[in-house]
Amino acid sequence: MKVSTIASNTFKEAKRDRVLYLLLFFAILCFLLSRFLGLLTVGDRVKIIKDVGLASISLFGMLMAILMGTGLVYKEIDKKTIFTLLAKPIHRWEFLLGKYLGLVLTIFIMTVLMSVIFLVVLFLHTFTIEWNILLAILYIFFELCLMTAVALVFSTFTTPILASLYSLAFYLIGHLSWSLELLIKKVKSGGGRAILKVLYVILPDLENFNFKTEVVHQLPIPTKLLGISFAYGLVYTAFLLLLAILIFRRRDFI
Amino acid sequence: MGKVLELDRVYKAYKFGFIPKKKQVLKGISFYVNEGEIFGYLGPNGAGKTTTIKSILNLIFPDAGRITIFGEDSLKPRAREKVGFLPENPYFYDYLTGREFLAFYADLLGIHGQQKEEKIKYFLQLVGMEKAADLQLRKYSRGMLQRVGLAQALLNDPALVILDEPMGGLDPIGRKEFRDIIVNLKKEGKTVFLSSHILQDIEMICDRVAIILAGEIVNQGYLADLISEKVLYTEVTVGGVPASEFSHLGESVSTSGNRVLLKVYEEQNIDRIIRLVQEKNGKIISLIPRTETLEDIFVDLVKNQ
Repeated sequence: MKVSTIASNTFKEAKRDRVLYLLLFFAILCFLLSRFLGLLTVGDRVKIIKDVGLASISLFGMLMAILMGTGLVYKEIDKKTIFTLLAKPIHRWEFLLGKYLGLVLTIFIMTVLMSVIFLVVLFLHTFTIEWNILLAILYIFFELCLMTAVALVFSTFTTPILASLYSLAFYLIGHLSWSLELLIKKVKSGGGRAILKVLYVILPDLENFNFKTEVVHQLPIPTKLLGISFAYGLVYTAFLLLLAILIFRRRDFI
Repeated sequence: MGKVLELDRVYKAYKFGFIPKKKQVLKGISFYVNEGEIFGYLGPNGAGKTTTIKSILNLIFPDAGRITIFGEDSLKPRAREKVGFLPENPYFYDYLTGREFLAFYADLLGIHGQQKEEKIKYFLQLVGMEKAADLQLRKYSRGMLQRVGLAQALLNDPALVILDEPMGGLDPIGRKEFRDIIVNLKKEGKTVFLSSHILQDIEMICDRVAIILAGEIVNQGYLADLISEKVLYTEVTVGGVPASEFSHLGESVSTSGNRVLLKVYEEQNIDRIIRLVQEKNGKIISLIPRTETLEDIFVDLVKNQ
C-alpha cells in the first residue's frame, strides 16, 4: 500500500515534467519524418518507416528513463522532501520501489502513446496491422524498465548529470557488448580470450531486447529466445533494484 | 511516568571534502524524555540539534550509541509508528495542494475513506489553513508551510511529536497559536520534543530542557530547577529627577525625556531611591525585579564554552 502511494505520487510528479513532453514531441516528429525518409530511399519504404519508428521509441524512451530516473531520488534528497517521508513508519526499500514503479508507470504510458501514434502513421501507409510490431515494442519496454533501474541505482549516490552520463555509458556498452562475442571467436584461446569471456558475462547485453530487425524484415523469432530475453531482463532488473536498495539502506541524509 | 524517548551515548561524525575530513557533530549525547511532558532541546546554530533529531528518526545513522522510542530500537520503522515530525524548514512536494498533501501522508499512514476526509478537515482547521487548502504548496508562505507541516505531523495521532524549530518562520500571532497548539497537545496526553533557539518560547511552555553546545549536553533538567528564583537586579524607572542624582545608588541605563532607567543591584538602595525621588518631587514610574532567565543560563554556558 505504501509502495503504491509513493508510486502514484511519483507518477503525478513525473507527468508534470516538461522534458517528457519535449521527448514525446521529438518522437512524433521522427515518426512523421520517417515517411519522407521512405520517399528518398530505394527499396521498401515500409521497412524504413518501421525501422525509424521502432528506433525512435527505443531512443526517446531511453532518454525519458535516464533523464527522469537519474533525478528520481536525488531530487528528494536535494529538496529535502525525503525527511518527512522517511520519518514515517516506512522502510527505505518501500520508498525506492515506489519511486521505481511510479516511473515505470510513466514510461509505460509514454511507450503506449508513442506506439499508438507510430502504428497510426504506419497504418496510414500500409492499411494493415502487423501484430509482430507489438512484440518488438514490448521488448523495448522491458529494456526501458531495466534502464530505469540503472538510472535509479546511480540516482541513489550521485548527481543527475553524472548519473545520466553513467547511465548513457551503460546503455552504449549494453548495445555494443555483443561485438565481444565476435571478438572471442577471433581471439586464440588463452589469457586474452578468458578475460574477454569474463567481460562478456559481466557487461550488460541490451541487444537481448532488440527484435527490431526480425520484425522489420519479417523473420521468424524463436519462442525460446523470447523467453530467455524476458528472464534476462527480469533477473538483471531485480539485481539492479537490490543494488539500489543496498546503497540506499545505510545512507545518511544530512 | 515512563520514558518515551531515550538517547544513550550517541556519537556521530560527518565526513566532508574530496579527501574526507572528519567532523564530530555529536559527542556522546545522552538524555531522556518523559511521557506527557514538553521537552525543550536548546542550542545555538550548528550545535547538533538537527543531527540529534535526524538520528532519532533514522534519517542518519549514529556511529555509536543507542536510541529507543517507546522502548523500541529507533532503527526499526515500527518505532516511528507513534511519532509525528515537523522538520526545521518544511520542504514538501510543492505541486500538491494543501489538501492533496495531507491526503498523501494519510495514505502513507494507512488512513483511508471517511476517516481520512474527517482527519484532513479537522487538522486543516486546527492549524488555520482551511481557506488555503486548495492552493498549491508553491504558493504558500513559509509560515503557511509550517502550519500545514504541523498538520502532517499530527495526522497519525502521534504519542510523541518532534518539532524542529517550529516557530522559526511565524509571525507573533502565528507563534502564539503554535504555542497554544503545543500546550493543547500536552493536555491531550501527548509528549512534545521541541528544538529551538528561541528561548522565550521554550521558557514559556517547556517542562524540562536539555542544552546542547558543540555536540555535548551541558545542562539538563526541570526548568524550575535550572532557573533560580533569586532577584538578580531591579529595574527602576524614575521621572522628574536627573540621572546624576542616582549615580551612587544604581547604574543609569538610559534616559528619555525626563525619564531615567536605572539598574539597581542592592536591595537597600531601592528604598534610598524612593526616598530621594519623594524629596525631589519626582515620581517612580515602574519598579521591576529581574530574576534569572533561561537566556542568562544559556548565555553563561555559551560564554564559558
